[in-house]
Amino acid sequence: MAEKLHFDLVSPEKLLYSASADMVVVPGSEGDFGVLAGHAPLISIVRTGIIDVKGSEDGADLRIFVRGGLAEVTPAGLTVLAEEAMPFEDLKAADLDARLRDLEEDFADAAEGRTKRHLGEALDQLRQVRALVA
Amino acid sequence: MPSLKSFRVRIASVKSTRKITKALNLVAASKLRRAQEAAVNARPFAERMERVLANLGASMVGNPGAPKLLSGTGREDTHLVIVATSDRGLAGGFNSNIAKLARQHIAKLLAAGKQVKILAIGRKGRDALRRDYSRNIIDTIELGGVKAVGFATAHGIATRVLDMYEAGEFDIATIFYSRFQSVISQVPTMQRLIPAEVSQAPGAAASADLNGAIYTYEPDEEEILADLLPRNVAVQIFRAMLENAASFFGAQMTAMDNATRNAGDVIDKLTIQYNRTRQAMITKELIEIISGAEAL
Repeated sequence: MAEKLHFDLVSPEKLLYSASADMVVVPGSEGDFGVLAGHAPLISIVRTGIIDVKGSEDGADLRIFVRGGLAEVTPAGLTVLAEEAMPFEDLKAADLDARLRDLEEDFADAAEGRTKRHLGEALDQLRQVRALVA
Repeated sequence: MPSLKSFRVRIASVKSTRKITKALNLVAASKLRRAQEAAVNARPFAERMERVLANLGASMVGNPGAPKLLSGTGREDTHLVIVATSDRGLAGGFNSNIAKLARQHIAKLLAAGKQVKILAIGRKGRDALRRDYSRNIIDTIELGGVKAVGFATAHGIATRVLDMYEAGEFDIATIFYSRFQSVISQVPTMQRLIPAEVSQAPGAAASADLNGAIYTYEPDEEEILADLLPRNVAVQIFRAMLENAASFFGAQMTAMDNATRNAGDVIDKLTIQYNRTRQAMITKELIEIISGAEAL
């Protein structure tokens, strides 16, 4: 491919990943979107889900689990600010189940309103990720 | 005249003190390196967040639909003062400098007839403020066993602060911490957390590197802001805690360096006194022997 997209993944603690890729698919709050080099400037909320990095520098495809954050596309490239991120392969079904249980409890305890709606969304998103992990 | 033995005991005791301060100095130096690294690593996230916020905030300021975290509650009667210090001492003026700045601010607010609530992060800050404002302290978060400040800790604190804000328990939140400038200089700093402080200048700079293009927002600006502002509180607290950690070790390193040097000085002085006393005693004994012999 002619042009590569520069992709940064940043967590509050450090810069996790910085490289070029052919395409990055980001789980936006309104749906997944793919970013190629030369994408129009965009700011989107990122939901809990999987980032797909296609054709990274070493040729391999990468899958990264992210939770909560923001994606920013500028002419310089794509930056994803994630509160939490880890390689998809490191995700453990048991951990996810524990988290799902926590969230379900929170959801059940929450009072009606915005918080409850947010928790509900988070729960749905996490369930989707859980379905991907064997 | 003090006995020779008492000198020896004192010299030995100061020497062991020097060993301890020297060790603490080295420990602080190595921890400082790690803390500094953590602070540097955390910078990209905070900077990018700030840029996006500045972009969004500039367009939302004055908009009646702006989230409460940006526009405030419209009142400023109750202030939440978050004082971030350390759990440990032995760091020179580190904790007392932060507490002093916080105390000035609190005194000013109280004089203006405002309500003040204090949330102390770290035991030392609470201890310093307890004397004057024990009624105002609502809680203390002890860092205790936390080895390195993680985002989860900051996130927990932020959640609490935000819950209180949602419940209308305060109108304005300020955080006090020590900004790390260099190993020898840490600046006690006050920063407003809620409502968010949005600087206008970086926004202009950021849109410049878009070559005039305009961001597409997904979903819309308002929702992104509503999502981002609470996160920003956590990020700011996290940053304050990291800066604090680095400052603490810097201050401790300097303090322990001074203490080590001072111990060295004391040892030198005591050694001279010890030798003088010893020589005086020998001279005295000689005089006694000689004058005894002469008397015969």
